[in-house]
Amino acid sequence: MADREIDEATGVETMGHEWDGIKELNNPLPRWWLWTFYATILFSIAYMIYYPAIPLLEASTPGISGQTNRTALKAEIAEADAAKAGLVKRIAESNLETIRSTDELARFAVAGGASAYKVYCSQCHGSGAQGGPGYPNLNDDDWIWGGDLEAIYTSIKHGIRNGEDDDARDSLMPAFGSDEVLELDEIRQVVQYVLQVSGQEHDAERAALGAEIFGDNCAACHGDNAAGDQDIGAPNLADAISLYGNSAERLEAQIYNPQHGVMPAWQTRLSDETIKQLAVFVHSRGGGE
Amino acid sequence: MAKVNIIDTTLGNVTTPLPGDGVERIDAEAVNSKENRSLYEARKKIHPQRATGTFRKFKWIVMIITLGIYYLTPWIRWERGHGLPDQAVLLDLANRRFYFFMIEIWPHEFFYVAGMLVMAGIGLFLVTSVLGRAWCGYTCPQTVWVDLFLVVERFFEGDRNARIKLDASPWSSSKLYKRVAKHTVWIVISVLTGGAWIFYFADAPTLLSDFVAGNSAYVAYATVGILTATTYVFGGLLREQVCTYMCPWPRIQAAMLDEKSLTVTYNDWRGEPRSRHAKKMRKDGVPTGDCVDCNACVAVCPMGIDIRDGQQMECITCALCIDACDNVMSKLGLEKGLIAYATLEDYEANMALAGAGKHISEPVITPENVRDKAGKLSEKVSSFSPKVFLRTRTLIYLGIYAAIGIFMITHLTMRDRLDVKVLHDRNPQFVVLSDGSIRNGYEVKILNMKGEAQQFLITVGGLRGPLISEAGSKGIPRNWLATEVQPDQTRAIKVFLTMRPDRIFQSSTPFTFTVSQMGSTDQKTVKTIFNSALEN
Repeated sequence: MADREIDEATGVETMGHEWDGIKELNNPLPRWWLWTFYATILFSIAYMIYYPAIPLLEASTPGISGQTNRTALKAEIAEADAAKAGLVKRIAESNLETIRSTDELARFAVAGGASAYKVYCSQCHGSGAQGGPGYPNLNDDDWIWGGDLEAIYTSIKHGIRNGEDDDARDSLMPAFGSDEVLELDEIRQVVQYVLQVSGQEHDAERAALGAEIFGDNCAACHGDNAAGDQDIGAPNLADAISLYGNSAERLEAQIYNPQHGVMPAWQTRLSDETIKQLAVFVHSRGGGE
Repeated sequence: MAKVNIIDTTLGNVTTPLPGDGVERIDAEAVNSKENRSLYEARKKIHPQRATGTFRKFKWIVMIITLGIYYLTPWIRWERGHGLPDQAVLLDLANRRFYFFMIEIWPHEFFYVAGMLVMAGIGLFLVTSVLGRAWCGYTCPQTVWVDLFLVVERFFEGDRNARIKLDASPWSSSKLYKRVAKHTVWIVISVLTGGAWIFYFADAPTLLSDFVAGNSAYVAYATVGILTATTYVFGGLLREQVCTYMCPWPRIQAAMLDEKSLTVTYNDWRGEPRSRHAKKMRKDGVPTGDCVDCNACVAVCPMGIDIRDGQQMECITCALCIDACDNVMSKLGLEKGLIAYATLEDYEANMALAGAGKHISEPVITPENVRDKAGKLSEKVSSFSPKVFLRTRTLIYLGIYAAIGIFMITHLTMRDRLDVKVLHDRNPQFVVLSDGSIRNGYEVKILNMKGEAQQFLITVGGLRGPLISEAGSKGIPRNWLATEVQPDQTRAIKVFLTMRPDRIFQSSTPFTFTVSQMGSTDQKTVKTIFNSALEN
């Protein structure tokens, strides 16, 4: 260009324009900067060839590395699985009592069980295993089907009243009210008796009448002293814990037309090692026998 | 000094005979001198000449000590026993422990390190206010490693003049050999420097064999690679540019100097007017200062400045110009210290004595004013007195420095080697048991920071008839719980606390866990709460 102007002080060419007497020098980019810039361009081309980069209609260009977040995740999961494979194998080979009493295995089982619990169990039993009406609290020491490791393991493996597993826990309490086995007043007398044996406020006179009716109708399953029978899944009525609530109304409703909870047979969905870990985890919650 | 070796004439390109005073005038230009400084100029390479003298000797000693500390510290062993690392200084990141001889620091005690950094900062203030940029000139790794690299450079390529010549000469097999040899040794030093660093983070002997065998972690190789590169580039190629352009220190330190700080000073009150022909001029009765303009101070300067321009940001106060000038002064039979450590206060007093203005730009100096009739330096000349060390500012720095140090040492010697943390279960908050009693769960974490396994007793205070049991244990619940914690370990114990319902009166009852070490008075009490369904 003809109007190329050289700045006197620096000897550098100016950009040729001027604002309020200020001119901009046309210094070249520093060489190192320029080469770094070219290097980043080369890098980006290599990157686009190597990794998935250009979005197309359905997917992006795959890149020669075959790298995707999904495969990376799969690889990480496989790596994590491989890392714990040794312990998982030992869990599979050990019986429940050995797992519980071996510090290393117990730690692993409780951690693994806690994680499986959150995914498969917490929906019904609650995130803290505290249960709710109809869903047993797994922290306490009251067990319907038994609270030792084997019993817990069996309950998880085969489930309860699910109709899909031949070995599922099963029990059925008659509907004393709706099937007209007992009169409503008789039911209410039994309720007074149950309140009495579970240490609550009650009418002693009616409870005495209820005791007789209990002996004839209920003791076969729940036992003479209402202590229940874990072999047939008859709950202990003489304690402070009640699956469907221990108020007079709740007890009456449960005798009149009982509710029956259902639990899936987890052996169809979970591996035996996972069920073992879950059993040890539940056992560790504080109520395990 | 019997023989003053100002320049190694066997290597030099001396073409003119020495002047009458026997001092060679070096054709040295301060590449970073005030006049030459330009924002638009490419860097000119500096070829510092080898200096000899007191400060150079001192710097050699400092170099040996600092490099020795750096390279050898990881190899010092310190028996701790019980499977603990036996390395005296170890930053064990994987296990989150910091070992320093008899001191072991856990992550929650990291404030000791913060305290040390604060002390380092204050210490720097203290040293700077007394001795100027002593850190830069003597102990900064940049200075030390550049010095080391210069030794290598000088070994292969010769001293200043030979190197200048070599730079200018066309490529030849000898030049190629010198360059390759120099860079090879530099890279070896760099690898060793980067390599030594990683030994602070793992057991040194194990790491060394793993590293050589190719079995170390990727991060070890990456760290060594990066530090090798920075050492080589900073020490071999960038050199003084690191100090001038990259380092924030010079700017901070320069701001902390005051009129009583000792800095490397050219005493123009006795040096000016300088002349290359001082002897002749004195004979002719022309007032002449002590500086014979031999440029020895410029030739040795690793920063490429001319100290005679006065205090400059580039000056790292390495004091090599003092050595160079002292040698010349001895040869001329004059007092040493034309360039010397001096305070600004003394300098200005002497300038006034010499009749000059306060600033270097008013150099009307009369050399006779500073000398007595016998030609010796006048008694009126102010000179260094140790009293400058004792001034309010330095005493305040020293006070803060000592206070933090004493606090930290006291704290360190009295610190607990037992810590307990209690976490109350939140989900569920409490559990009703079949007999109606209430159970709460807690995670009790016991940090046994001692080097031996310890037995601990957990007891409860503030509750009536509590029963403690460890989760998963089949023991009968009691009102205490015993447990063992391995040396230098944290143990988390899941504890259940069960209370009869008739002994609880609040929905949330505050109480304490006390963890006592058996056979010792060490104990720790932690507050927490016991929850129940009661409403109030």
